[in-house]
Amino acid sequence: MRKLLKTLNPYLYLIPALAVIIVFRFLPMLYAFRVSFFKWGMGGVERFVALGNYISILKDSNFWKAFGNTIYFSLGVVPTSLFLSLFLAVLLKQKIRGVRFFRTIYFLPVITSVIAVSMVWKWIYHPQAGLANSLLGFFNIKGINWLSEWKGIFELIFNSFKVHPLIKGPSIALLSLIIVSVWKGLGYNIVLFLAGLENIPIQYYEAAKVDGANRWQMFRSITWPLLSPTTFYVLLMTTIVSFQMFAYVWMMTGPPAGGPLGTTNVLVYYLYDYAFNFSRYGYGTAVAFILFVIILSLTLLQRKIVERNVFYG
Amino acid sequence: MFSMAKSLSGKIIVVVFLCLMGIVMVLPFYWMIITSLKTSLEAVHLPPSWFPHHLRFQNYAEAWKQVPFPRYFLNTLIIAVATLVGVLVTSCLAAYSFASMKYRGRNFLFLSFLAMMMIPVPVYIVPGYLILMKLHWVDTYFALTVPWLANVFSIFLLRQHFKTIPKDLYDAAIMDGCSKFGFLVKVVIPLSKAVLVTVSLFSIIGSWNAFIWPLVVTSKDILRPIQVGLAYFVQEQSTNYSLLTAATTFTIAPIVLLFFFLERRIIASFARSGLKG
Repeated sequence: MRKLLKTLNPYLYLIPALAVIIVFRFLPMLYAFRVSFFKWGMGGVERFVALGNYISILKDSNFWKAFGNTIYFSLGVVPTSLFLSLFLAVLLKQKIRGVRFFRTIYFLPVITSVIAVSMVWKWIYHPQAGLANSLLGFFNIKGINWLSEWKGIFELIFNSFKVHPLIKGPSIALLSLIIVSVWKGLGYNIVLFLAGLENIPIQYYEAAKVDGANRWQMFRSITWPLLSPTTFYVLLMTTIVSFQMFAYVWMMTGPPAGGPLGTTNVLVYYLYDYAFNFSRYGYGTAVAFILFVIILSLTLLQRKIVERNVFYG
Repeated sequence: MFSMAKSLSGKIIVVVFLCLMGIVMVLPFYWMIITSLKTSLEAVHLPPSWFPHHLRFQNYAEAWKQVPFPRYFLNTLIIAVATLVGVLVTSCLAAYSFASMKYRGRNFLFLSFLAMMMIPVPVYIVPGYLILMKLHWVDTYFALTVPWLANVFSIFLLRQHFKTIPKDLYDAAIMDGCSKFGFLVKVVIPLSKAVLVTVSLFSIIGSWNAFIWPLVVTSKDILRPIQVGLAYFVQEQSTNYSLLTAATTFTIAPIVLLFFFLERRIIASFARSGLKG
């Protein structure tokens, strides 16, 4: 009996965490996988439809639109945030006063809730009294209908040409959300890059200086390759977070949210809409699994591509 | 780090650029606060004033009363405390087991933990909601807390730290008649204060800012935590931007104060979250 207790001992410590994980992660995912093959009617009547939900999703043009919007959003956020935060982190590494002050300020949006941020930016984007249009007005530029302009940016830039629908680009409304997202996440990426820069031995720079390397050469052949694990992490995390964007759409766009003309409808909002506005749980869980596969493959794909180019010093 | 700005003029350019970015980062907060102190009429007046003519602090009192904000704060507080206590208990126990004991299936279990908890929240909302329906837990405090009582990131951080505690210490304690559990409580936990602070800060900030999950699992107003309450206030209750910005200000105030108070700690914790392995 004593011996049995002794063997079981390590598992006993795991029980509390294990219970939560089994009941609230493992079982729900298992159950939801089953549900995704059923159609939920009124009053919770279930009907087996095999791959029916998955097929309807892949046939739904709104799904592909949401998919495209999500891609646009990520393409807007990820490179901008990555390079801007890297640049700012390098600047913060210069020997200047007040580094801590700047770092604190840049970090402020990170700890602020996405709802508070959405509220403030919704007000900034207000078409008449908002700060954004007031600032534009100061330079005599005509105000923009930030959150209700459905025209694509390329459509607006190349106004005189007829632009093919596929290359209209993200709508101004989606672009507005991209700006907010970059603004909110910048400080976190800066802090990650600062930590990464901290790990590069100063001797490398001293040796390069002796060899007469200029700043750009030093960045190219020391900072950039030695920072690549951090860059990879930032790239991965920012992409995954961008694919999960939801609250900005819920808070700032519409009514109905996802507008104007569905140009800000992203995958997670699409999922939420079907599951919780229309109570189509079968369809909703099928979307969730598709989203899961997308995020998982993104992780694996990025890992594969970047692994060849990442230098783990 | 190499110095890009050797000359004084180079340094000035760097500082000017950092200041400009600083303004971009702070301006929305400034705009929020001054709007919250204007009358609703002045708030929409053109061109906007950069300093309110008359500081109207009543906006805060009015926003506070217009929807049950005290209740939302209380709910968030309940959720934050329950989650924090739960996460600390489950994580310390699990991390201790993973870090210092040898048994069958340890690595398999550890990897399964990691995999299960890495399911993104948006993927999880529908499956999680369906289970809560089965349990009849929708619209209860259980729904808001219990699924979040285990946290893989905390387990991971604590495990990494527990592994650094020397085995000799353990052997000595056992010689003195200390039990395994006693060693955890009396030696390991007191030696891990810094990591426990990190874990706690993440838990508190996470609970305070949680949105999509509480949005989905609550429909009753009295159960709404602060973010969901604020979101519905903005969406449905008011178009008065002075009141909305006042409400936004007081919902972020506690976390911002915590941040200013523990700025170094919090930033270091976030930086740590990016370390691999």
